[in-house]
Amino acid sequence: MSPVLVVEGLAKDFTLHLQGGVVLPVLRDAALVLHPGECVALTGPSGAGKSTLMRCIAGNYGADAGRIMLRHRGAMHDLVSADARLLREIRRETLGHVSQFLRVIPRVPALEVVAAPLRARGVAREDALARAAALLERLNLPARLHGLPPATFSGGEQQRVNIARGFIADCPLMLLDEPTASLDPANRAVVIGLIREAKARGAAILGIFHDTEVRDAVADRRHEVAPLEDAA
Amino acid sequence: MTDPMPQEGGYNFAYLDEATKRMIRRAILKAIAVPGHQVPFGAREMPLPYGWGTGGIQLTASVIGPSDVLKVIDQGADDTTNAVSIRRFFARVAGVRTTTRTAEASVIQTRHRIPEHPLREGQVMVFQVPMPEPLFRLEPRLVETRRLHALGDYSLAQVRLYEEVAKHGECGSAYNHPVLVNQRHLMSPSPIPGFDNPKLHMSPALMLFGAGREKKIYAVPPHTSVVSLDFEDHPFTPRRAPHACAFCGSTESYLDEIVTDDRGGRMFVCSDTDHCATRQEAREAAE
Amino acid sequence: MSAILEACGLDLRFGAVRALDGVSLDLWPGEVVAIVGESGSGKSTLLRALAGLATPDAGRVLYRDAEGAAHEVHAASEAQRRRLARTDWGFVHQNPRDGLRMGVSAGGNIGERLMAAGARHYGGIRAAAAEWMARVELDPARMDELPRNFSGGMQQRLQIARCLVTGPRLVFMDEPTGGLDVSVQARLLDLIRGLVEELGLAVLFVTHDIAAARLLAHRIIVMRHGAIVEEGPADRVLDDPQHPYTQLLVASVLAA
Repeated sequence: MSPVLVVEGLAKDFTLHLQGGVVLPVLRDAALVLHPGECVALTGPSGAGKSTLMRCIAGNYGADAGRIMLRHRGAMHDLVSADARLLREIRRETLGHVSQFLRVIPRVPALEVVAAPLRARGVAREDALARAAALLERLNLPARLHGLPPATFSGGEQQRVNIARGFIADCPLMLLDEPTASLDPANRAVVIGLIREAKARGAAILGIFHDTEVRDAVADRRHEVAPLEDAA
Repeated sequence: MTDPMPQEGGYNFAYLDEATKRMIRRAILKAIAVPGHQVPFGAREMPLPYGWGTGGIQLTASVIGPSDVLKVIDQGADDTTNAVSIRRFFARVAGVRTTTRTAEASVIQTRHRIPEHPLREGQVMVFQVPMPEPLFRLEPRLVETRRLHALGDYSLAQVRLYEEVAKHGECGSAYNHPVLVNQRHLMSPSPIPGFDNPKLHMSPALMLFGAGREKKIYAVPPHTSVVSLDFEDHPFTPRRAPHACAFCGSTESYLDEIVTDDRGGRMFVCSDTDHCATRQEAREAAE
Repeated sequence: MSAILEACGLDLRFGAVRALDGVSLDLWPGEVVAIVGESGSGKSTLLRALAGLATPDAGRVLYRDAEGAAHEVHAASEAQRRRLARTDWGFVHQNPRDGLRMGVSAGGNIGERLMAAGARHYGGIRAAAAEWMARVELDPARMDELPRNFSGGMQQRLQIARCLVTGPRLVFMDEPTGGLDVSVQARLLDLIRGLVEELGLAVLFVTHDIAAARLLAHRIIVMRHGAIVEEGPADRVLDDPQHPYTQLLVASVLAA
């Protein structure tokens, strides 16, 4: 089966202009291939660049060299050179991202936050809200919280809103950055179930899981990200 | 009608010098050529204060000739101070005949009214105008109002009308209701009641407007379309007090309300004194 | 699909000051773009030049209407530009006094654009004004009140209603939440976000509020000394800033 994601020769430095222009190299010649239906766990010591690699793929960081080829609307596109509009379209239709922290407009109710990706794809408001409510319920977020803005929630509750927002649109490629970090065992099990279902429908998943139990439950293989020799 | 008086010595005919009259006539011709458009002119100091008709009096002085018959009204009346003194002024400095009869007059200078008696071809109406700019209250910058006129952009006037309907539930009850002249220029009809607005439309007479302090002249030539602004669902409706004149019994003329005592007594009489007098004479003659 | 607005090589000098220095940018239908930078960076001048309110010394701005016809903004006659400004475009000023008629009722303020577009049915105008007041969360029962009876946040919402009543495709906003309390800002941002999504508007807004830019914009343009120093997807510009000035800007805000 043809891959969903092919990363080749990816390089990423951070230039800290406010610290006298010091350059921190993080990724060199990074490569990765992801197929439909598989879940790959990024592993490696802390600071090795797992998050940086994932955020490059998410388009959140810009890469300095290499290619990030991604299957979108039946064709491969290079995210490194994609303009803002193409990136927006890819994020809307193809690339789901559960980041570590939830960032939303204040005052918007959790239910609307979760339904937003569906609404952006043109799903009718009632449908989108109904599906959002069902997903939040599955993640054990009580219905009385659905109408409240997530800013007032605990860390675990916010994380579940974030997960629901990432999973609701059934994207063919999902990036999960520590999705279960602040969840209790029951909700961890729900997330494991969501990941398995996503795989079953053919989604490719790239994750960073500090929780080895979750990782072993969902990952088909590991992809080691090694720290650069000269990083120090 | 009065007989012509000998013209007072020491003054040019009709007070203004010929060069000034020529300048004003040029402005008038331009105003007639672009109906409703305000033409600037070099207004002179006149022997009466601003607000008493300095614009109108200069127009009258510029168009009047020895054979003309002048009528002057103020709020419809021929016998108020302002009307009497302007009439006497021209009788002295031009030696022209004067009248109170609308039908006899060839030049009618007016403040705040158009006579009830239908005007005819050949007559000239001269309006005294305090503020010629119809957008003045809405847009204080004159440079901007000139631009709006140039662009034919009159949504502001419509906004004013919207506010009027929102406040009073109707439009046409007030004075100085803005009109669109010749389907092009928005014009202030001077502070005449809305009741008189329809008399401007397709009138056979020439209508001249003069603002002395603001130094502007504008005109409506005979047989020109003059349409009062309104809304489809709130059409412009001329209003008059729903009474009959206490003197002549007219139920069609525009009425003034007169307070007769301190106990709330009041009566309604024709604002057009000539119209009222003519009707009363006709009734007496018939009896 | 093609860009709704394209600017190319805009230069504008105020004496010795280069307010705009070779600015080029494009905006696409449905796209929300934030222009950020500190005071004096030229962002408001850029907005005014794009909207035809200031004339650049060099360069051109192209607007493409719904039929796909291109209009060169600064070459158009004033009549054409005014027509665009109140049918296809909206401009939300930082100070509501610049965008509202303070002596005209709330309903009249909203209705003015409709009347400018030729509406002459009083009932229809009032119904549209009431509907738009409700959409920006103002009480339609207050439509005959003057703007000065409203709070700053409400005046700003009234200004937005006035802009959107004619169904524009492109909206310019100059610091729309500037000068408002933080809680009111959040509410206004939420309102703008909802309307923009619902109506599929293209929006170009100037702000020095980095957090507002992140939440509202798809794309961020960073300006300094009249020039664009960086631009890209909103989250990338803020999370992975490249230019020293952008890094300084991002580092200077609390938890954007």
